[in-house]
Amino acid sequence: MAVKTFPVEASHILMFARSVGDGNPVYADADYARTTEAGGIIAPPTFAQASAQFDPDYFLRPKPGRPWFGSGKNPTGLVREEGGGGGGAAAGLHAEQHFEYHRHLKPGDVLTATSLPGKTWEKEGRRSGKLIFSESVTEYRDQNGELVITARGVGVRTERPVDQK
Amino acid sequence: MALKASDLKVGDTHTARLVDDLKRTQIVQYAGASGDYNPLHSDEIFTTKVAGYPSVFAHGMLTMGMTGKMLTDYVGDARLTKYGVRFTSQVWPGDTLDSTATVKALTERDGVRLVELDVRTVNQNGVEVLSGYAEARVD
Repeated sequence: MAVKTFPVEASHILMFARSVGDGNPVYADADYARTTEAGGIIAPPTFAQASAQFDPDYFLRPKPGRPWFGSGKNPTGLVREEGGGGGGAAAGLHAEQHFEYHRHLKPGDVLTATSLPGKTWEKEGRRSGKLIFSESVTEYRDQNGELVITARGVGVRTERPVDQK
Repeated sequence: MALKASDLKVGDTHTARLVDDLKRTQIVQYAGASGDYNPLHSDEIFTTKVAGYPSVFAHGMLTMGMTGKMLTDYVGDARLTKYGVRFTSQVWPGDTLDSTATVKALTERDGVRLVELDVRTVNQNGVEVLSGYAEARVD
């Protein structure tokens, strides 16, 4: 993932906090937030993940005129390739996420995010066959070039859907 | 609001209910806010017929976000220095989640007092769905 411009905005913070069920006014009410140690509205701890909104190529967002793997007329909008394997889009899941906060994000910040691939490794899973893990490290820098958040994500591709038994 | 190192000891816990009977609508709300529109989280037809799961399920990051509220309610605003998790089981519509932070250590780095926490979120059957850690500044 590479994001050239991730503007941190108060309305986005409000919507994000609502979506995780967090009614803390430090995420929504500027007058209240000024009276707290935060000194103003800040973003909740996992907000940096919403940088996906600002990645023009983010593959989990439908784009006009492009195929989308979710359902429409058919259960999936993709034509399966011959011998293309079973799991398809179902195979990718989020396994781990880590954040290191150098400071907390606030409205008005304009971030850039650059990601580097990390390790990959394999494991035999009890409930989903062979698991292939891959790591990426993302650095979020602010408008002054200061590192504000270091994030490490691990994705896993499974051989088959995770068994629920 | 913030925690005082002198009031904390290893083994102290803080527990909170994150969600009672998780609704599909909240999962959709998270998709919209985060920008992660993976159909596995909102598209029942794709998820059951193509992906082979019994229903849509929550983004891991929704569980991490809800667990984050438990943490910031405990340690105070703008106090977290580290927060990391593994997603150990899927979270489904209808799930009720409880999360606990346990004091693992009280430390100091560059003159800043810190608390290290173990973090664990479980569903209504006691199955762990998230396991991780956090670190926060304390007074």
